[in-house]
Amino acid sequence: MAIEVRIPTILRTYTDGAKQVEGSGSTLAELFSDLDQRHGGLRERLVDANGLRRFVNVYLNDEDVRFMSGLDTPVKDGDTVTVLPAVAGGSR
Amino acid sequence: MLTITRDLHDKIVAHARADHPDEACGVIAGPAGSDRPERFIAMENAERSPTFYRFDSTEQFRVWRDMDDNDEEPVVIYHSHTATEAYPSRTDISYASEPQAHYVLVSTRDDNDTEFRSYRILEGVVTEEPVSVVE
Repeated sequence: MAIEVRIPTILRTYTDGAKQVEGSGSTLAELFSDLDQRHGGLRERLVDANGLRRFVNVYLNDEDVRFMSGLDTPVKDGDTVTVLPAVAGGSR
Repeated sequence: MLTITRDLHDKIVAHARADHPDEACGVIAGPAGSDRPERFIAMENAERSPTFYRFDSTEQFRVWRDMDDNDEEPVVIYHSHTATEAYPSRTDISYASEPQAHYVLVSTRDDNDTEFRSYRILEGVVTEEPVSVVE
């Protein structure tokens, strides 16, 4: 068992085109560090010094982790983490 | 070039008019790889703002999962500008992250005439494209 991570089109350059990768860790932060060992550069697209980047949404199963504990959100084997690009913008 | 049916074109304009002076936003899904917009999905603007829009993240999750289940992708991602021209702002460009999508902008700044334009936005580079409305 592992944690399944769904990768959006724009970030598949880091996963050799794979839609889905697997990782491990007890928190989201650990999971991203683990993924970065096999998919170098991915973590930096998800996380900056302040936590999750504002350009991405990360969901644990079907809940936005911003409404949970962000990068400290606990994860476990069998969970699915989904990354989506945030869709936003505006006239300014 | 974006090829879009009259019906879907009119739905985008109607949504933008209905939400004016706030920005309206949404997606038209189509079969993956087809470049054919087919299924209209008006999204909630979580910001409810005249100068900013953001898809509600929970709604987006559901919509993206449904598209995935249906082998669809976002062929069009649209939003409105309500006081400025229908051209991508710096914020629009910095967020644009669906390489295969047509980014449609409409402007409702004129009461009678709605500007309707389409762009590709790839790695920060904006390229306007013609729009062909078909019956």
